[in-house]
Amino acid sequence: MARLNVNPTRMELTKLKKKLVSARRGHKLLKDKRDELMRQFMIMIRENRQLRSEVEAGISEANRYMAVAGSVMQREVLETALMLPKQEVELDVGQKNVMSVEIPVFNTKYRTSDSSDIYSYGMAFTSIDLDGAVSALSDIFPKMIRLAEVEKACQLMADEIEKTRRRVNALEHIMIPDYEETIKFITMKLSENERSTTTSLMKVKDMVLKESHKYH
Amino acid sequence: MYKAAVIGDTASVSGFAALGLTVFRETEPDKVKVLIAKLAASDFAVIYITEPAAALVSDTINKYRSSQLPAIVLIPAIEGNTGDGMRGVHEAVEKAVGSDILK
Repeated sequence: MARLNVNPTRMELTKLKKKLVSARRGHKLLKDKRDELMRQFMIMIRENRQLRSEVEAGISEANRYMAVAGSVMQREVLETALMLPKQEVELDVGQKNVMSVEIPVFNTKYRTSDSSDIYSYGMAFTSIDLDGAVSALSDIFPKMIRLAEVEKACQLMADEIEKTRRRVNALEHIMIPDYEETIKFITMKLSENERSTTTSLMKVKDMVLKESHKYH
Repeated sequence: MYKAAVIGDTASVSGFAALGLTVFRETEPDKVKVLIAKLAASDFAVIYITEPAAALVSDTINKYRSSQLPAIVLIPAIEGNTGDGMRGVHEAVEKAVGSDILK
């Protein structure tokens, strides 16, 4: 480990000792943060995976219906049927704080409360498969919103975990050992100085005594 | 108040119009890129995009991964599931844990 480039003085020593204490405390806190984030992340990611497979299955089902509808109806008729929707979805976006990661929370609001408003067309000229497709999509839609929420949370948390882990590692493997080594270096240098001062004082004392008492 | 958008080829996304989502029938990479940037800047909180369309503009989508809004979610297109969406989940695990432990 590299020693920090500082003067071996008592002032630097005190400064470094203080820094070491806060580095150790920061390390402990960040490690706790990382562990808790990881725990939350594992819960979230399991939900994410579950939701994703459900949503993918739901959309695939809707797509199957849609493919059949597309083959029995003319394309223009299909497009016209879906051109002017009656229903409208709005999202209320809130925020939730998970270990200082701000994750969005979506609340769905529909313009009309009538659940049959998703069928924006007359039943006479459209295939029943189109109804199937729309109804399958509407069944899966609440899960799609939840998926968006959870997936975003997972991405944000993954970012934060990566950052926190780097910080923990930097503190654990670089900053703390560096401080420790520098503190050791300064302590040794200071005691070395002290010894050398003591020795020269003894020497001087000897010389002075010799001088005054004419010892030989 | 925020809205939700769906981007992809006509056949895959038309159904979402009935639910009241804003639908964009667009699959040209350049246009999709511009569209995503425009939607992100306005009041769209969630953007669903079909996997084939997303594959063409993956760098744009990655750009929004670390921002809080919008949430860009991959959905299977009418041709079937390519598995790109699930891969995204595994990527998040790999980033957070260091290796994919969900396998």
